Formats: sequence, C-alpha cells, structure tokens
Amino acid sequence: MLAKRVIPCLDVRDGQVVKGVKFRNHEIIGDILPLAKRYAESGADELVFYDITASADGRTVDKSWVERVAREINIPFTVAGGIRSVEHAQTMLSMGADKISINSPALLNPNLINTLVEEFGQQCIVIGIDSFYNEQSGEYEVHQFTGDESKSHKSAWQTKDWLQEVISRGAGEIVLNCMNQDGVRQGYDIAQLSALRAHCSVPLIASGGAGEIQHFVDAFQKAQVDGALAASVFHKNLFSISDVKAAMAANNIAVRPIEALQETT
Amino acid sequence: MNVVIVDTECANLTSVRFAVERLGYSVLITDDAEQIRAADRVILPGVGTAAAAMRNLQRKQLVEPLRELTQPVLGICLGMQLLTSHSEEGDVDCLNLIPAKTKRLRDSGLPLPHMGWNTLQPTADNPLVQGNDSYCYFVHSFAVAVDEYTIASSEYGERFASMIRHNNYFGAQFHPERSGKTGEALLKRFLELELC
Repeated sequence: MLAKRVIPCLDVRDGQVVKGVKFRNHEIIGDILPLAKRYAESGADELVFYDITASADGRTVDKSWVERVAREINIPFTVAGGIRSVEHAQTMLSMGADKISINSPALLNPNLINTLVEEFGQQCIVIGIDSFYNEQSGEYEVHQFTGDESKSHKSAWQTKDWLQEVISRGAGEIVLNCMNQDGVRQGYDIAQLSALRAHCSVPLIASGGAGEIQHFVDAFQKAQVDGALAASVFHKNLFSISDVKAAMAANNIAVRPIEALQETT
Repeated sequence: MNVVIVDTECANLTSVRFAVERLGYSVLITDDAEQIRAADRVILPGVGTAAAAMRNLQRKQLVEPLRELTQPVLGICLGMQLLTSHSEEGDVDCLNLIPAKTKRLRDSGLPLPHMGWNTLQPTADNPLVQGNDSYCYFVHSFAVAVDEYTIASSEYGERFASMIRHNNYFGAQFHPERSGKTGEALLKRFLELELC
C-alpha cells in the first residue's frame, strides 16, 4: 500500500538552512548536509529544499550543495527556487536532485511547465503554489516572489484555476503552501486543501501550518493529501518524525516504518 | 568489480552512481558499447519517456549491444520498462529482453503518477529482495503487468510487476538508489550476485 509521506522542508539561503515566520524574518537553523542526513536517517520519506532567495533576486546561486546532498542521502529530494529554464533544471537534475519544483517562474511563463515536462518527464516536475486566503473577497489567491517581502505580490490567478492550469500542462505533483498558515503552527489549512484535493488528479502535498502531531493526522484524514510538508516543528525538535509516524499508524494511515526496523544486509 | 551505468542521458544517472559508490564500488558512466560489454555489472537507468529513451539508445547504436549482454543487468524505472518488448508510452518497441508489455497504470481514481513509498511482495525465487512488504520509492505512470517474469509485485489501483527477471536481465520499477536501506540492500545483492 502506498504510504503517506512526511516531508521535512529545508529553506535554504546562501548555503544554510533558515526559517521565517509567514515567509519573513528568517533565522539561521544550521548547515544543509547534517540536517539533511539527520532527517533522512530519522524517517523522513523525502526532503524538499527551497532556495528562498533565488527567484526574488533574479540571480543564479551556487547550488553545489545539491550534489553533496545527493551523494550522502538515500531518499528522494526536491530542489525548488529560481529554476526558470531548461538549463537550470538540467543542472539541478544532473547534480542528483530527483525532482525540481517551480513556482514564480511558472507564473511568469506557464509554457515553462510544458517545456520541462517534455524534456525531463512529468515525474520530476513539481509545481509549488503559494496560496493566500483573502478574507475580504473570500477567495484563494496565488502569490509570487514570496521569498522576498519587498517583491512578494498577488498574481492574477485564483488558486483553483492555477491548479487546473498547471495540471493540464503536465505537472507531476503539487505542493500547496497555504500562506496564512505558514510558520504559525496552527494546523494545515484543511478547508483549502480539501477543496483543492477534489480538483487535483496528481499527488498533492500540504504545506504551511504544522504545529502539532495531530495536524499531520488531520491533513491525511480530512484532506486526503499524499504528503505533508513541515519545517519549524522538526527544526525546533518540537517532536520527531517518528512521533508523527506513530500517530499516523495509530490512526490507520499507511506509513513507511523508520528504517532501523526494516531489512538490512 | 567493473560496474557500468549506461549513459542514457537521463536525469537520474547521478543518484544511481552515488548509490553504487556508497556501497564502495567505483562506477563508469558510458555509452561505449565495448565498455558496456566488458563490464561485470550493467545498470540501465531511465526517467523520461520510453519513446525518447529508445531513440537515444538507437542513436547511440546501443540496442544490439544491450541485447547481447550475459552479465547481470539491472534496469531501473524506465530502464526496466525498456527491457520489455513494447511500451504503450509512445507506442514504441523496446529491447524485448523480457517478454512483457508496459502499459499505462489504470485510472482508478487514485492520484497519478504513482509517487511515493509502496511495498513489495517478492516471489520466493527473487534473489535481490528478502522479506515481504519492504517499502521502496516509486515514481511512474506506466507499469508492467504481472506475468511469469514477475519477481515482485506491488499494488496501486491494480497489481503490477514491481520487479521482473529473465535470465541475466533484472528490472525494478522503483528507484533502489532512492529507496533507503531496502534499496541499498537490493543494489548490494545485485552487485554480489552469482548467476549459475
């Protein structure tokens, strides 16, 4: 049976892992490689690295850490941030990334999605969507350049329409980051995830808001997501990945057991 | 031990190389037919589409050399599908080393691609995987139907062959290079395998 995935997310800036609240006020958490290895060994099903400065700065940053991560860990990982061309994507994939995640550049040029899917296959093209609930209008709005407060702004898209658009262009997986929830640990946006799950024929990953173990269980049980992404709770050791998986298993959610218990040679 | 990864110009070559290197073996990535022939172990990786991958193999004149290998060969993901006779993905004839067919996974209402960790149910004579229900990492929309060449199967909307074998040719639909300790153990057994 396909297991539901628990996915630590590492926001990367200048080669270090950082974490902000509601996408702002970033603090340094630590070096990439030790954190990546620690998560891989403690039961993470996958890792996501977001280079949060790249898109907003309009520059290509040093990504040699991608190869160092690929060399060391034996679980899949995704690289996001600033990938806006076939060449960029090729570089990340050839350094060993399993998937690349595109966000703002896809909003600027939706055709990029088709090009990347044709070139590398649907299986490695993830679309990240930063979705903001506008209380005044009651609508979910897609935002872009969220890595930089001064450039972050609302796009012309409503989230549901953009979701449909990227799937029709061949996206292989969606990471839906619910901005209102991000970093405040009040739980995933179950209402939004449930609403969009119905329109999402590809794997859907919840992002933004994990603060308690029960939040993961809720996202899987109530919103039927395929994976749940979290950063601060793991960085700050509020609880461990194995705590999350134990709770999931107790709620009859399929999980991959921590590997020490699995087959070894 | 002379391990060769066939340079299919696809995206996951690097992670396969690193996985073999983590086991203490050195690896050569090449599209040279002589070097592939001379290898003790050959790994055929693949992501992307079957039609594009077959075109690459034809352009590199590797179809016949790959068909004539006698050492253990492991096809991974699309590389496994290339070992079959035909793929529905682009309606393309493949290497026909394992007489099975690759078809699109049935739309059973589950998200596609089939992406994530799923369990393997190996057959008793599977030399590469021990124990039932180990988790491996899958990413695919096409799959091989279960038949007499299946040495492990998995379930996603339907049962499909997650590993196949014919003579010295082995295929894994999942990514052993990204399947944690289970994948490491599989690769290690493949590298240490003695064919009778």
